[in-house]
Parts: sequence; C-alpha cells; structure tokens
Amino acid sequence: MSPAATDSTLLRDLGQKALEGGTLAPAEAQILYRGLDQPSLGLLANEVRLRLNPPDPDGKVKVTYIVDRNLNPTNVCVTDCGFCAFYRSPGDAEAYILPREVIYQKVEELIAKGGIQLLLQGGHHPKLKTDWYVSLFQDLKQRYPQVWIHGMSPPEITHLSKMEKRPVRDVLTDLRAGGLDSIPGGGAEILVERVRKVIAPKKATTEEWLEVFRQWGLMGGKGTATMMFGHVESDAERIEHMTRVRELQDEVGVFTAFIPWTFQPENTALGASMLAARGGQKATVAEYLRTLSLARLHLQNVPHLQSSFVTQGMKTCQAGLAMGADDFGSAMLEENVVSSAGCTHPTSIPEIERHIKDAGFVPQRRNMMYQPVETPPTDKFGKPAQQKKAVTSEVSA
Amino acid sequence: MNKASTWAHAHLDESLATKLIARAGLGDIDAKVRSGERLSFDDGMRLYETPHLAAVGLMAHRVRTARHGRRTYYNVNQHVNYTNICQYSCKFCAFAAKEGEERGYLMTPEIVEQKVREQLHRPVTEVHMVAGIHPRMGYDYYLDVVRAAKRARPDIHVKAFTMVEIDHILKISGKSEDEVFEDLREAGLGSCPGGGAEVLVDRVHKAVFREKQGPQGWLDTARKVQKHGFKMNATMLYGHIERTDERVTHLMKLRELQDECGGFMAYIPLAFWPYHTDLENYGHVTTGHLDQRSIAVGRLMLDNFPHVKAYWIMLTQESAQTALSFGANDLDGTVTEEKITHDAGTTEPQALNEMQLHHLIREAGYEPVQRTTVYEEVATAAS
Repeated sequence: MSPAATDSTLLRDLGQKALEGGTLAPAEAQILYRGLDQPSLGLLANEVRLRLNPPDPDGKVKVTYIVDRNLNPTNVCVTDCGFCAFYRSPGDAEAYILPREVIYQKVEELIAKGGIQLLLQGGHHPKLKTDWYVSLFQDLKQRYPQVWIHGMSPPEITHLSKMEKRPVRDVLTDLRAGGLDSIPGGGAEILVERVRKVIAPKKATTEEWLEVFRQWGLMGGKGTATMMFGHVESDAERIEHMTRVRELQDEVGVFTAFIPWTFQPENTALGASMLAARGGQKATVAEYLRTLSLARLHLQNVPHLQSSFVTQGMKTCQAGLAMGADDFGSAMLEENVVSSAGCTHPTSIPEIERHIKDAGFVPQRRNMMYQPVETPPTDKFGKPAQQKKAVTSEVSA
Repeated sequence: MNKASTWAHAHLDESLATKLIARAGLGDIDAKVRSGERLSFDDGMRLYETPHLAAVGLMAHRVRTARHGRRTYYNVNQHVNYTNICQYSCKFCAFAAKEGEERGYLMTPEIVEQKVREQLHRPVTEVHMVAGIHPRMGYDYYLDVVRAAKRARPDIHVKAFTMVEIDHILKISGKSEDEVFEDLREAGLGSCPGGGAEVLVDRVHKAVFREKQGPQGWLDTARKVQKHGFKMNATMLYGHIERTDERVTHLMKLRELQDECGGFMAYIPLAFWPYHTDLENYGHVTTGHLDQRSIAVGRLMLDNFPHVKAYWIMLTQESAQTALSFGANDLDGTVTEEKITHDAGTTEPQALNEMQLHHLIREAGYEPVQRTTVYEEVATAAS
C-alpha cells in the first residue's frame, strides 16, 4: 500500500470510530496499522487508554505494575517449539523438576521483596499430572496463603487434559480447588493455525488455547492474553490474533490484560528460519510501538495493555506508556524463559517507579485483578524500610 | 511476507488531530506550529512537561515531514578522538585523562593519518575529530591533524574541533582571528561539530564544567566560526543536573544565534551517560520519554534549524529509531571507533554499517538518504 493509497477521510473515519469505542473490522484495523504514522496511531491509542483507564479526579493518571516472580517448576517439555531457548527434552542433562525446598525458598524471597504473586509456568512434562500441580498449589497455599498463584498457561492445561484423557473443565476445576488463582496467557504466540503449524506444531492449537480460557471464564476465572509477533506471521494474522482474543472476551470476559511482545531469536533452534521471511531481522521498536498502539485500538474490550521492558528495554517500554499502554507489567524478580533467548533487560522496582514518574504518571502497584495494592514503605534506595533497623540491632548485638 | 518498510505515513486528519492535541491541553501551541508562528519560552516549558508525549510527537513529526518528507539522512563517517588528555575536569566526562595517567593518549598527526587510511576501503566521506584540550600541544599540531586527515584521503570532509577547541586554538595561536580561520581552512577544515555546548546556562556551567568555556564563550566562538563561513552543528547534553527551564533557555539561545548568523545545520540533543563520570552516583541513563521529548521540543522550538539529529550512540539505536517519528530526520553515521561515550558506559556498539542504518530507517517507514557533512545527497549503490 503506498502512502497515498489510503485517503485521509477514511483514516479519519476509522480513527473516529476507534475513539468512540467502535469495533473495528480486521480490514479496518489493518488500514490504521499501515496507514497512519506512529505518533498519530499513538495519539489515538492514548485517547482510548484514557477512556478505558481514566485519570483520577485530581487529574493524575496512574500506571500500574505488579511485583511477582517467575517460578518455572520444570523445564522438561515435549513440544519442541523452535522459538524456545528454555526447554529441555526428557532425559537431558539439564532437565529439572524443582524440589519443594527450592520452590519455598524462591517464594520466601518473593515475600521478602514485597511480592504478592507467583507466575508459575513450565514445560509440558510427560509425567507430571494434575495431581502433582494440585499438591504443589495446596502446599504453597498452606504455607503462604497470601501469595496469588497466576499459573499454568493454556497449553499446559491442554497437555494435562490430553495426557489424562479428561475434559479441560475437569482439570481446571481440580487446579482451582488446589489453589490456582488465575491463568497467564502464555503460549498464545499467534492464534492462527497456519502460523502455529510452522512455529509450534506440537503445542495446543488455537481452538484449544481459546477453549481453556472459555472454560476458565465460564467458571468465573480471570487471566491475560499474550501475543508473540515478529516472526513468520503476516499483518493480517496479527490482527486475526487480536480479533480472536476480542471475540472470546465478548463471550466470557476472562481477560484483564493484553501483553504483546516481539520474538527474541537468540539461542533458539528456529530463530534464523523464523526470521527468514523478514530478511533475518527481528522486529524493531518501531514495529513494536505500532503494534502496541494498534492493540489498544482493536482490542478495546480488554481493559489493560502492558508495555514490555523485558523484550523492548526500559526506554521503549516507557515510550509505550504514551501510546496506549497503561501497565508496566511485572517487576519479574526472576525470569528464565525470555532471558534464555538472550534477552536481558534487568530492572528493579525503584527503576520501574522512576520510569513511570518520569513519564508524568503516578505509579500504582496492583494485583492480578488490577486492584491497587499498598506499596510497602521503602528507604531512598528502594529497600524495605525496616531492613536498616535489623542490621543495626545485629551490629549492636 | 511482512515488509515493514511498507508502513505508510499519513498524519492523522488535521481536524481530528487538532481536537486530540487540544484535549491534551496543547491546542494553542498546535495552532502556532500550524501557522508557522514562533514558539515562546513558556511553550517550550509546557512541551517538555506535558505527559502527552504522543501529542508533542505528532506536532514535531508534522514539522519534520513538511521539511523532509520521509527522507532520513545518515552519513558514512569515522570518528578520530585524537587525544583524551585534557586540562579540564568536567564532571560529566569519563573520557578525559591527565598527562602522565596510564590511560592518557595522544595521537601524532601520523597516527591520525593512519586512522583515516585504515578506512580507505570504505566509502567514508567525513572524519569527525574532537578531543581533550591538551595543555602542551601547540597551534601547529591542530593544523597538522587536519592536514594529516586530508593527506590520507584528500576528498574527505574534515569536521573538527568543538567551540572549546576552537577557542583554545585561537588563544594559543598568537594570530588574529581572521588568520587562524584562514589557516584552518587552508589546512582542510570543512566544518565544526556541535559539541561542548553542554547546557548554555551559567548555573550548570558552574556546577559541572566550570573550568571549561562557559555559555557565553561557546556562543561567541560559534558566532566567530559562522561569521568566517564555516557551517556547524549545535548539541545539548541533557539528562544530568539541568532543569527544564535551563533546557528551554538553551534552545532559545541557539535560536537567537541562528537568527543572527544562520550557520547551524543540525540540532543534536545528546543523552548523558553517567558511568565512570563524577556524576555516576547522581545520574541515570536517560529515559525514553526524555529522549523523545528532547528531539521533539528541539524540532518545534528551533524553527530556524534545518535538521534535527538522533545520535544513535548516545540515544541508543532503539530511541534513535523512535526519534525518527518524533521530529528527527538524521541518524548520524556509521561512526567507527567512538571513544567518548564508550568511556561513559554506552551499551551501543562502536560502529553500525550502512545496512544496519538502512534497516533502522526503513523498518520505521522512512527512506534512507546518504548525505555529506553539509547535507548534500550522495548517490549510493546500497539499497
């Protein structure tokens, strides 16, 4: 499409439609995506963001984040996704299942740092069944009832359902009884079969992924939806992904947030071939920011949109706050999956807060349900305020 | 399958954009920009302080597009930082060394010649030479390094000496201003870079670079350079102790001098890197918002500057690419062996090749155009 091909009246009408909360057809989304310059798209997306997540009565606009940690109980996985640098096959020398003591230690570190949630995801282990996870959740809830378990991405649940030959609904019911609080939207990649057959042929299909969230939503549960883009998919397929998420959201209202991020090819088996159609280059931040803004316009029934510092770095993540995103994501006290793929953008809670304030927003800690959570008092270095005292008393003793 | 370079670039329809910018509280500034009216100091302050970055970006992007369309300039250049020995101790600098210090170095004219020769296999059109103020090198040394570069590559454009160096050269020359500029021109000097301006405000000068030439000195020297017919750039080092009003003051001073002399080519906001400097425990790497704002406000305030450059070494490639949609129309060049920002901890590489620069530009939807130092277009085989 040449710059002149899309006329300005059409772009205006579509922009106006998005501003008024109208549901864009996929073709309309594509016209905006490719037609408008980046600040224009960002400005529209920011308007939608302010409508969906309005300023406080005093005019202050909040940007939220959560303090959680990743916990990957196992890296053993049978799906062999070519874009993944984290997994190991059963029997591999580096394969692991974390023992309880290690898991407890990690949770205690999380609590000590003021964290409230475990993002618990792992490989598709061929032997670990629902009862193993149920007992893990029960043990965790018994010891740490205050910790929210945001766990088991849809493909993990599909895997359990197939392995145990019983309906997804039953698996979910058991997991929930064990203590599962919400479901992270990982493993969505691109929810289009053509793409999944290329990049993740052994993993849950589009329908299976959606079915997990359909059932979970019908049970009253909540979760998030991700999108991994910048590999073999087309524009239309990105938009189809967003459309499928939107349709399911209309049906069951299960998603609290949408989290797009770009494919990180380093250390992955298929990295080079997945980028072949893109001239061997991964998506740049220009493509990321446009896609973030488009997601805000096309997916207005999902209330929150996350900007990703883990894949984009702090500068671009912060820029995303002005172009549709209202959430900085997670402080991620431990991240193993994306960092295995060579992508490391370490940060800290004070850094997240500084970036939110610097952009003119008010930082607000939240839980998975996007309710505000009180921020524990800290000293000027961002350490828990009481820690200093403890050291002094130790010295004097 | 996806060619990101097929991004189209229509601005939002003016009536809708006007409405949204007005809702962001910037309607009056937008009206001025659209009618070509000059922005005031207060306008600059508001543009720096509003949280509505996309609105600021769109205004700046429209100015950029009106001037340059989708063209984005870069050059094939090399840097030669001929010495790091410096008689001054600026707090933001990790590059300077004192004489006798182990990490101190001084390139003889022969070494400079060698550095330029090493790049003869590449289509370099510019050598960018800036360095410390060595306490003992004489007037001829400066002429000799310029001659050395020209000897190695006669058709190269020598862009050398910040206003701090020019001022020093004038002082040690024992000659008149006219004679010095004539000598420099004869030696082969083509233009001057824009460094050393830092923030053109006395408070900042006193606090972080008091030993070096101050704001008035920089502006006076720039006036001399431009009156003698040399083109130059202007920078601002931001993201350390300067306040917003001081940034805007800086821009106002540059705009005034440009009205008077008209010799500035590009405005180049430089993101401060704190590592290994005396401000290490004070500062941070600049944020994405500050980077984009610095570009955009520069584009909007400096209505008499033809170009705004996103210098990727200091902004990072990511911020520099985003800046192309926030008012910048230039990415600087391939660089090759930069020392100053690398000593201050930049995580960026030493050099980018032309294909990498093209990739950044095209992926953001712009058209890469190779330029000379003075913004003449260079026909290029690279696609």
